[in-house]
Amino acid sequence: MKTSWWTSRKFWLMWAGYAGAIAMWYASVKWLPIASFNRLPDPWAVAREWFSPHPAFGVSVFTPVYYVHIFYSVYRATAAFLLAVLLGVPLGILMGWSRTFDTYASALVGLLRPIPPLAWIPLAILIFPGIEIAVIYVTFLVAFFATVMNTYVGVKSIDPDYFRAAASLGSKPRDVLRHVIIPGALPNIFTGLQIAMGAAWFSLAAGEMIAAQYGLGFMIFESYNLIQFPTIVIGMATLGIAGFISSALIRVVGNRLMRWRVQSFGMKG
Amino acid sequence: MTVQASHAIDEAMEKSLTVMAPRPDVGSLAIENVGKTYDPEGARVVALHDCSVDIAPGDFLAIVGPSGCGKSTLMNIIAGFDNVTEGRVLLDGQLLATPSSPPKPGPDRVVVFQNGALFPWKTVLENVMYGPLVQHKMTLDVAEERAMDLLTKCGGLDKVAASYPPQLSSGMQRRVEIVRALINEPKILLLDEPFRAMDTVSKNTMHQHLLEMYRVCRKTIIFITHDLEEAIYLADKVIVMTSRPGTIKSTIAVNLPRPRTPEMMLGAEYLALKAQAIASVHEEAKKAFERGEREHA
Repeated sequence: MKTSWWTSRKFWLMWAGYAGAIAMWYASVKWLPIASFNRLPDPWAVAREWFSPHPAFGVSVFTPVYYVHIFYSVYRATAAFLLAVLLGVPLGILMGWSRTFDTYASALVGLLRPIPPLAWIPLAILIFPGIEIAVIYVTFLVAFFATVMNTYVGVKSIDPDYFRAAASLGSKPRDVLRHVIIPGALPNIFTGLQIAMGAAWFSLAAGEMIAAQYGLGFMIFESYNLIQFPTIVIGMATLGIAGFISSALIRVVGNRLMRWRVQSFGMKG
Repeated sequence: MTVQASHAIDEAMEKSLTVMAPRPDVGSLAIENVGKTYDPEGARVVALHDCSVDIAPGDFLAIVGPSGCGKSTLMNIIAGFDNVTEGRVLLDGQLLATPSSPPKPGPDRVVVFQNGALFPWKTVLENVMYGPLVQHKMTLDVAEERAMDLLTKCGGLDKVAASYPPQLSSGMQRRVEIVRALINEPKILLLDEPFRAMDTVSKNTMHQHLLEMYRVCRKTIIFITHDLEEAIYLADKVIVMTSRPGTIKSTIAVNLPRPRTPEMMLGAEYLALKAQAIASVHEEAKKAFERGEREHA
């Protein structure tokens, strides 16, 4: 008999993890003998604020402004991520495929990649019209490098025999790209997209704290300035949920595109 | 129907099951004084030196030799993955490789790889249809029909047509890979130690499968191996190579009748051939081993 999901071990372990974290949070606020920890709102205070129709600090699931912040963050993360995929995957493939292009681009990527995204913010604000594009740009940057590097590694890790087999079977370069390089690099590309999405969220939050009018990062930082501590935690938790959902979406798309891996090895994600 | 008549039919059927396909018109290969030196300006590693082989259309040739004797280099040259630095190779009288021509792989010489190179992201059927489709030689419908037909003929592989290669045993994967090559009607089928990583039982089964495929769709086959018994059992002609530089030490003509059966491996004829081959390989292996000992001392 197949066990139902709610009696499965995995399900309970997952909730045990959540419960443990909340318990520790509660304990550190209530009983930790460090005075500054008292400023941290306890889980109940946050939950009350989050789901209150009349929140003390103006942000809860019942206030439109909460969704405005979410909308801006999701919009920026999505735009940056899509741009990163659109530009990063082709660049990574080109670098992995052509040795000449690799030599040319690797040096540049190697030098630009270590620059922390936040270091770009002043320049980005100076060169782009409006803060919106600047924030999207720094978010895009981290996602872009993660995508490029993983796509590149993905192409490089394809067994050379597949290229030989393809050549032996009469493939033209176009066929090699479509039937060998893209499917062969796909597992790594999707690993890269997961990393890119995560990186996009943390870079976004940082960007929004420094330069934005809306967004979850902005909401967190503004609440800090206005001493609205439960709202900070609401913002953090919302970012966590958004990141979790976006990762899950990428996994679903990946599994759909890589049915062969799911069927052959039971590999998911 | 009388008992005799039914016997006659059985006999006729049995005979038709064991008749060799006729020799094909194409697939003759002439390897003339071929040499291959890696890094000619620097280290000058001579992988092949003055190798000459003639293969008639439909022949089954086995190349045997110790590791590093250049047999894979020779195969890469024929496949068009590597160029020659001396001599030339002709396929049906047409120049295939000269020192001045860039290597050119193609579906007239399909390779089956040592570690298998079925695309794991394509199903068995998609793998088999791949060649004709990218060459625009068949429409999807025709390719599918032909692929299923070949898969069925080659030991009931049609049952796994929808599976992905990693779901199959390595023996099955190798058979599918041979079918993927055969669908292109290659002039030459190149098999690079295809059964290397298999246990004896699977290997023997694979030999029967390969011989059966050879019987049904006869092509020129070049079979690379380091296993002498396998080479003699399968081939019409066995070439023994020496190492560093790789040269052809001896050619053994195998006149065992076809179809070959495992019992032949116990026959006097087979054993005599084996003794002859062992003598020439052993000498080489010993030399290579001693050279290795010296180098690592």
